[in-house]
Amino acid sequence: MSAPAVRRPEPKRPEPAAELSATERRAEKARGRIGVGLIVPGFVYLLLFFAAPVFVLLAMSLYAKPPGAETGVFVPAFEISNYAVALSQYWEPLVRSFLFAGIATVLALLIGYTMAYLVAVRLRQHKLLASILLVILIAPFFSSFVLRTQAWKQILADEGFVVEALRFVAILPEDGRLTATSIAVVAGLTYNFLPFMTLPIYASLERLDTRLLEAAGDLYASPMTAFRRVTLPLSMPGVFAGTLLTFIPASGDYINAAILGNNRDTSMIGQVIDSRFFQIVDYPMAAALSTVLMVVILILVMLYIRKFGTKELF
Amino acid sequence: MGLKQRMGRWLVPVIGGLAFVYLLVPIAYIFVFSFNDAARTNLTWQGFTLANWKNPCGAPNICDALGNSLSVAFVATIIATVLGTAIALGLARYKFRFRKLADILIILPLATPEVVLGASLLAQFLNLGWELGYWTVVLSHVTFCMAFVVVTVRARVSALDGRLEEAAGDLYASPRTTFWKVTFPLLLPGVVAAALLSFAMSFDDFIIANFNSGSFDTFPKFIYVAATRGIPAQANVIGSGIFLIALAIVVIGTVVSYRRQKALAAR
Amino acid sequence: MSTEATTTAATDQQDGGAVVPGASGGADLVIEHVSKRFAAFTAVDDLSLTIPSGSFFALLGPSGCGKSTTLRMVAGLEQPSEGRLRIGDEDVTDLPSHRRPVNTVFQSYALFPHMSVLDNVAFGLKQRKVRDAVARAKEALELVELGHLAGRRPAQLSGGQQQRVALARAVVNKPQVLLLDEPLGALDMKLRRQMQVELKQIQTELGLTFVHVTHDQEEAMTMADVVAVMNEGRIEQMGAPRELYELPRTAFVANFLGKSNLMHGTVVGREGDYLLVEAAGGVQRLRTDRAVAHDGAVVLGVRPEKMRIFTSGEETVPAGHNRLDGTIIDASFTGVSTEYLVDVPGVGTVGTFTQNMGQATGRAGDPAVMCWDPDFTFGLAGDDDVAAGAAERDA
Repeated sequence: MSAPAVRRPEPKRPEPAAELSATERRAEKARGRIGVGLIVPGFVYLLLFFAAPVFVLLAMSLYAKPPGAETGVFVPAFEISNYAVALSQYWEPLVRSFLFAGIATVLALLIGYTMAYLVAVRLRQHKLLASILLVILIAPFFSSFVLRTQAWKQILADEGFVVEALRFVAILPEDGRLTATSIAVVAGLTYNFLPFMTLPIYASLERLDTRLLEAAGDLYASPMTAFRRVTLPLSMPGVFAGTLLTFIPASGDYINAAILGNNRDTSMIGQVIDSRFFQIVDYPMAAALSTVLMVVILILVMLYIRKFGTKELF
Repeated sequence: MGLKQRMGRWLVPVIGGLAFVYLLVPIAYIFVFSFNDAARTNLTWQGFTLANWKNPCGAPNICDALGNSLSVAFVATIIATVLGTAIALGLARYKFRFRKLADILIILPLATPEVVLGASLLAQFLNLGWELGYWTVVLSHVTFCMAFVVVTVRARVSALDGRLEEAAGDLYASPRTTFWKVTFPLLLPGVVAAALLSFAMSFDDFIIANFNSGSFDTFPKFIYVAATRGIPAQANVIGSGIFLIALAIVVIGTVVSYRRQKALAAR
Repeated sequence: MSTEATTTAATDQQDGGAVVPGASGGADLVIEHVSKRFAAFTAVDDLSLTIPSGSFFALLGPSGCGKSTTLRMVAGLEQPSEGRLRIGDEDVTDLPSHRRPVNTVFQSYALFPHMSVLDNVAFGLKQRKVRDAVARAKEALELVELGHLAGRRPAQLSGGQQQRVALARAVVNKPQVLLLDEPLGALDMKLRRQMQVELKQIQTELGLTFVHVTHDQEEAMTMADVVAVMNEGRIEQMGAPRELYELPRTAFVANFLGKSNLMHGTVVGREGDYLLVEAAGGVQRLRTDRAVAHDGAVVLGVRPEKMRIFTSGEETVPAGHNRLDGTIIDASFTGVSTEYLVDVPGVGTVGTFTQNMGQATGRAGDPAVMCWDPDFTFGLAGDDDVAAGAAERDA
């Protein structure tokens, strides 16, 4: 006995009419109560430990230092000039953060897409090999972020074999180095956020029906055209999620800049925020910089969503 | 076949393959240098030894930091998974006012860079006058883990066939029984995945913990601080050990499901 | 079919059922003035029905006619906006679905993917804390001839096997009313025929009340004792399949349930038991007791197989028969028969066919004469839409 179990699409549940009978109302009400009951604890938590903190941060960014006060003592105020100072003093690391994060996102997209395509499309028939590569893809999650970044520092160190080799083939000058440069920071960011890019793309490519590519070929599309017109558009949700999951944390990251960069021309905004909080103890400045970072990211993300956005964000 | 097409055929495997090697390089480096016979500064190769593996807690404070991180990750994961799963169910299944707003409140922590989240929570804790330590780290980690749990579990809830619950009700199961016998078992893989993700994120987090831990040490913080004067080889041992354990779990899981699929296909 | 298992199953009265009142074997299902309104439309409009205990009842209609909503309200998965539902003597309108003595075979089967086939079938019994739930579930699986697959997961079964599991999972509870929501929709033609026969057999053996929702008119007619044709939230006509087919009371029923040739006409007189109706350029006869309207404008109808068609010009129309003259538009030879489409002036296209007895077939362009015994004519209201239901049938 065999029959193709054709699944019909389930009809959308229609909205009930505005006027409800007593029975309808009871059922709706019970459902609503359960729904609210489920989300209330988590939302109270988010209000206390996400929404409230963000507001406190906003408020703190406007605090003022009373004249003659000790280090770390501030009073509530409405000191808008904090922002002017923050922007004029720290525009460089701020711009650099977005620049580095942007470059790293593009690089991660190119590399990550290739990896995801290899595993999800090219190796679709080779289940075992594909699963092994998939494990490698998530392997970085099993090891420590800081430790891996430190490892890169040592691999790329001046006396390390990579630098020696590059010097030998004269790609690097005799006194050239890789660590403590912008290249090292961007490479570190690319490396560390690569899985965040690759996994969502993999997820959407894995669902791709390869018969569509055959159909495109049948309709005279070259493999390149088939990729451009069929594969790429269908994987856009993954690309979209991946770029956001890479760009946002990369622009706020400072582990890479701190370990792989130098103190002069590679510092990112995260480092500055960290040092304002803990070394200089200038809370309003740190809070103002955090606010600027958050606002810029939200604006960029919103523009991005408006331009390329799918309805489902993640 | 044209040159262009032949290149296209090879380009993906070659670049993709190199990228996989690239992913593994630092992990392999950490592993190799866990056998380095270097007492303090594990920077250059000094010779092979098993001493580090025999005594992973040899470096001062390293195992305290490890224990702290495991404990924080464990507690934060449990809280985040319970709260996040409930939210995911509530948002995916029920209609109520302010749902749009609720959606945004959930997504925002994901769109917030860690440094901003860390700074905000620090500002809040300073404001409340709470002493930084174990609990402030746990509370901070719950916030960002919960968002990941909601997103992961919600995808699973949306994929769930609502008619299965109707069928359970039709077969005399009360709503409570329906949840525990049908809904929850079907969501479980998603919940477990979310919990594992949460654990990994919390365990590996440096930035948020750095802002909110005070003098309380976590494993990533230990390494970051040690990095300035040389990371002890024991850190490589612990890092590699965790890697190998996680790898073993995933590999066993993959092999089992691969076998099962094959057995199913053979039937 | 294993008779042994079915007899035990049928004689086994439910004893552990705390939730389900009354004896098994079914109870009357009464739907009183039930309506269901959604924001945009009314799915079910003031529906009243009594489905007698032990009958096989089919709700037939095109998609969107409200038949599934009706079923879901009976199951308790949807609440009526108005009206009451009773099973036997009990008003179940306000009972949640898990308290109703009703079970459903879902369209997509809705088998629990994480449970074995046996656990699926035993689920309802276990919820009601019936003793020897597992043994009974096994019996039910034997009844649908799937005893050997009890340990498998639903995903490992074929579509037809899943369908049987869904059926076993519902009937094992011996509900007072068993609801079937397009249960054969996902099966291929051959399997469908086979399952229709088996479903009917199981219903007869267990004596349960079956309410079967379908859009397949043939399925409804083969299986059901009583068919209700639903359209736009209302019941157009209800009755035994043969009665509905032979004497449709609306154009929708005439077209949706099999095919009909319908034509407008005007009553011009009476002759004994017959109305004389002027239509298609002649006077046609219609039995008074087969007409909805008795004067003025009416719609005449006749089923294609009741007509004879003459194409050679040599045959004579029997005395007293109704007659249509036209030109053949299309003649398609199908082996068993030849199907004709004939253009009749003043009526439009009329369809009929002849059994292949070796006679010559007409060709497109040939003149044709069609006739039928006036006792087969049925009369509908003059303002009825002659095209109603035709598109839905073919959809």
